[in-house]
Amino acid sequence: MTAPLPATPPAPVSLFALYRVFFVLGLLSFGGGVSAWMHREVVQVHGWMSDHEFISGFALGQILPGVNSANLAVYIGQHLRGPPGAAVALVGMLTGPFVVVILAAVAYHRLVGLPGFAAATAGVAAVAVGMLLRLGFTLAGRVPRRVAAYAVMLATFVAVGVLKWPLVPVVAVLAPISIIAAWPRSPKGRGHA
Amino acid sequence: MRDSDLLALVAILAPLSIASIGGAASVYAPLQHQTVDVHHWLTGQEFIDLFAIARVTPGPGTMLATLIGWKVAGLPGALVATLALFLPATLVCYAVARVWNRYRGKPWHEAFEQGLAPIGAGLLFAGVLAILRIGAGGPLSWVTAAGVAGLLVWRPKLHPFALLTAGAVLFIALQWVSK
Repeated sequence: MTAPLPATPPAPVSLFALYRVFFVLGLLSFGGGVSAWMHREVVQVHGWMSDHEFISGFALGQILPGVNSANLAVYIGQHLRGPPGAAVALVGMLTGPFVVVILAAVAYHRLVGLPGFAAATAGVAAVAVGMLLRLGFTLAGRVPRRVAAYAVMLATFVAVGVLKWPLVPVVAVLAPISIIAAWPRSPKGRGHA
Repeated sequence: MRDSDLLALVAILAPLSIASIGGAASVYAPLQHQTVDVHHWLTGQEFIDLFAIARVTPGPGTMLATLIGWKVAGLPGALVATLALFLPATLVCYAVARVWNRYRGKPWHEAFEQGLAPIGAGLLFAGVLAILRIGAGGPLSWVTAAGVAGLLVWRPKLHPFALLTAGAVLFIALQWVSK
């Protein structure tokens, strides 16, 4: 089931193409679902990255400080084009939201009065969460097939999601356990690495 | 130009950037305290309004910082606030991503990658739960999210924009019907 690796992109991606993709991603990112859309564009549509590479960037982006989607954009940009790639991906993703959020603030009192405005934004957010859930299925499917890995996934979800424990101590405890559990199973030269 | 306000924005937002582990949710409380209670840039109600605007527009919820900058010092304030909130954390991320990608293929790298994969997946599901809990749509949001996820498993090529539009239309229609 594990994808063959490593999959480096055949030709360098142009900075313009990178900007264009992240500009659209930024404009269409509602309700926290943009990671799912990034996966679709970067892995499925453009093939700039393997599933495996995306997932490790996704995990890093969540654990490091900062906005998850901005971190993921920087990771993807860095992976594809180094420093300019990281800058272009981040600026591309923030350009649209920067303009729209200011325009919305200027027009706020008129927007709120529109019939159906609140319902529309709730509907958009619900769909975005559904997209995120779909990405969750993909990520869960790529988790190493070991009891320890599934236990860590469940413990992370329960601790942070259900019990609402703070993320930093939870990850500080679970990450070393999870990495050590994966260690002896990854000797040099194993086929799927 | 109120240079002191711009400096104050940077002084408040840059440390929050580094401290914002877990994304936007962790910065709301300190941001509210600093802008409303300490600096009196906004009233409590104005803060809530800006929060709502940042939530319903595209982009991360931390675009709230952009709006605070805009209120405080216009366009320069918006630019400075956005940079102050995004740049420090993304520089850290850039450095880590570089090291990370350089050592791809090493055995320890693979152990880290395999060890972090279940944590990333667990955090994603936790995030889904958190968003659904605070969402405005109630049970309908839960059903819609589950339906969209199932639909995408069945038809992965469906365009996200079509789905987002359909979601908005569905919620407006149901609101009409239930009136």
